[in-house]
Amino acid sequence: MSTATQVRQPRHPVDRTPDDFVVLFASAASSVALTWLIFTRFTDGVGWFGFLVVAYALFLVTFYLVTFERLGPLVALDRLVSTLVLSGAVVLLVPLVLLVSYVFGRGLHALRPGFLIHDQRGITPIQPATAGGGSHAVVGTFEQVGLALVWALPLGLITAVFLNESRSRWRRLVRIIVDAMSGIPSVVAGLFIFAVLILPLARKSTIFGFNGLMASLALALIMLPTITQTVTVVLRLVADGLREAGLALGASKARMVWSIVLPTARTGITTAVVLGIARAVGETAPLLFTAFGYDLMNANPASGAQESLPLFVFRNIQKPDISAVDRGFAGALLLLIIVLSLFVVARIIGGDRSRRTKRLARIRAVLSPRGAHP
Amino acid sequence: MAQGPAVDEATVELLPVAVPRGGPRNGAPPVPRVVTDDPAKADIWFNRITLASGGTVLALLAMVGVFLFLRSRTALAESGLLSFLTRVTWRTDVHPARIGVLGMLTGTVLVAIVAMLIAVPLGVIAALFITEYSSLRTRRYLTAMVDLLAAIPSLLFGIWGFLYLSGQVVPLSAWLSRHLGWIPIFATAPNARLTGSIFIAGIVVSLMTLPIVASVVREVFAQVPPGEKEAALALGSTRWGMIRTVVLPFGQGGIIGGTMLGLGRALGETIAVALLLPQVPELSARILQNGGATVSGFIARRAGSDSFTTSGLMAAGLILFLLTLITNMMASVVVARSRSGAGVEL
Repeated sequence: MSTATQVRQPRHPVDRTPDDFVVLFASAASSVALTWLIFTRFTDGVGWFGFLVVAYALFLVTFYLVTFERLGPLVALDRLVSTLVLSGAVVLLVPLVLLVSYVFGRGLHALRPGFLIHDQRGITPIQPATAGGGSHAVVGTFEQVGLALVWALPLGLITAVFLNESRSRWRRLVRIIVDAMSGIPSVVAGLFIFAVLILPLARKSTIFGFNGLMASLALALIMLPTITQTVTVVLRLVADGLREAGLALGASKARMVWSIVLPTARTGITTAVVLGIARAVGETAPLLFTAFGYDLMNANPASGAQESLPLFVFRNIQKPDISAVDRGFAGALLLLIIVLSLFVVARIIGGDRSRRTKRLARIRAVLSPRGAHP
Repeated sequence: MAQGPAVDEATVELLPVAVPRGGPRNGAPPVPRVVTDDPAKADIWFNRITLASGGTVLALLAMVGVFLFLRSRTALAESGLLSFLTRVTWRTDVHPARIGVLGMLTGTVLVAIVAMLIAVPLGVIAALFITEYSSLRTRRYLTAMVDLLAAIPSLLFGIWGFLYLSGQVVPLSAWLSRHLGWIPIFATAPNARLTGSIFIAGIVVSLMTLPIVASVVREVFAQVPPGEKEAALALGSTRWGMIRTVVLPFGQGGIIGGTMLGLGRALGETIAVALLLPQVPELSARILQNGGATVSGFIARRAGSDSFTTSGLMAAGLILFLLTLITNMMASVVVARSRSGAGVEL
């Protein structure tokens, strides 16, 4: 035997041969068959969910053992992890797809244009789900989230400027506080507004009773860390050269932030606003203690209990009659559509690099020496 | 100025600061501007206003704690702080009221544990796939999907879990309790209902914490120095070898921090759990059968009760607030201290 044949071919663990695919499918098939055998012959059934879990575990074991036999432990482990990681990413998408299609499937037939026009006046359990609507909830959601934005945006924006542009000693502490605030349970935010304003002051004025204004304060508390964190990240992306140029021209820091940093980060700030809205629009728990929920139209956020879309869904879904549940699903579908479109809007704004770079180029052109002008 | 380029918005905004104060004067020599190191008046106000807003945020968080404490005194005084922490039942119909938070805390912790047992491995795997296995294009889509999963309101997860997933998981629960019932946590009472269990609630909550874990871990993994990864590959390791020896050790801090951050969310998760669990406080580790309560879900369920119950809810809310605050702060510290987490946003 010559030495040439004794030298083993170099191994490429990443390369896949047709044999590998055969092994993959054979392992999958045999594990499914084995699982079927276990649950129909030896023990009783587990439902498709359990079946999938067991079949998958068996598949991994089979696949590992076969590859071990063919290519050795090193490659076998590498392939096993690759398969595991790939299927993990798929598992991530499955619940998302299931949830979205479920809400669409249940809500689509009850969501009619009338949903945006009528409220629940005169609706009895025997009426179909398409009767009446959730206009009062939509109006409530818009008012509450809009007002919340009015409170949270200036504070969040200035706090982000504080965290990024000032040289204060307190930055570290405030930063930790903002991070901690993003984690406080939403129900606690509602409880807080209830404890501070509604409980002691409700008897004195209707402004501090259960109403949309109180709800907006609770929602602002939830929005605030989202807006602050997102804007902080965006401000950090503004090139230091721009800041230095502004300061070198003799601008005060305030002027520099106002005229250079914030305009440059404009799209990012818009993204932050959209993300803040998306965070607040689906919140239910804080509203239980503030807006409280109401079946009829109440367009005045400063007085009287108010409905909102999440509350509408939460209350209807728990009613015993099927038409109310369907009505709840119509609201849920509307909520999902709102959140999905906000998400897409945020992506489009945040991902629109061309506009941002164009603007940067313009500022750069202004800052650059005369000769460099086009 | 006249012969300069077309003056647009940005120019007008920027130019005046470059011109000496008072503008150039005809004939008279320009008066040199006094250059000082003192902050301008605008800057003094800039510093004051930004500091004030930072202070407001700080004050808000402190006020949450203080006011919850003030409002909870009625309930704590009647039941006693120690027995409030150690009592399982919640009865306001007897006098003095026998209310306690231990039963809810048990449920909260159990739900969080189940959720993290599912979410952490899946989150790390998803992060690994996004950073190490996927192509650039898939990476963009998957990152968007993870963000989308985070954007879906907890309420929708709740109704989906309540009306759909719960029915799909029950056969698995039944099988587990029949065949693995000798393990205490899988035990169930005979003929117990298997919907509305902590196990199901944990699965639903895990889907909500998954994107948090995945995105923190992904950011950490993305910062692994390429040189070290290439070195591992050049030494002949497989991709898994490279991940085991370089990526995972580097990302350790991020994994721990992401886990704790997800834990904070899992502890505070409200509306989905309020729908999924019966919200009857009990001290039981039987996660497969109907029963259990969490602090947040219980509070949401009892919204609009009488003033004494509300005071008790404030006390429960205070404990939940402190619990999540501590968890989140520890998460921040762990991520910031680790080698990998220095530049990571939570």
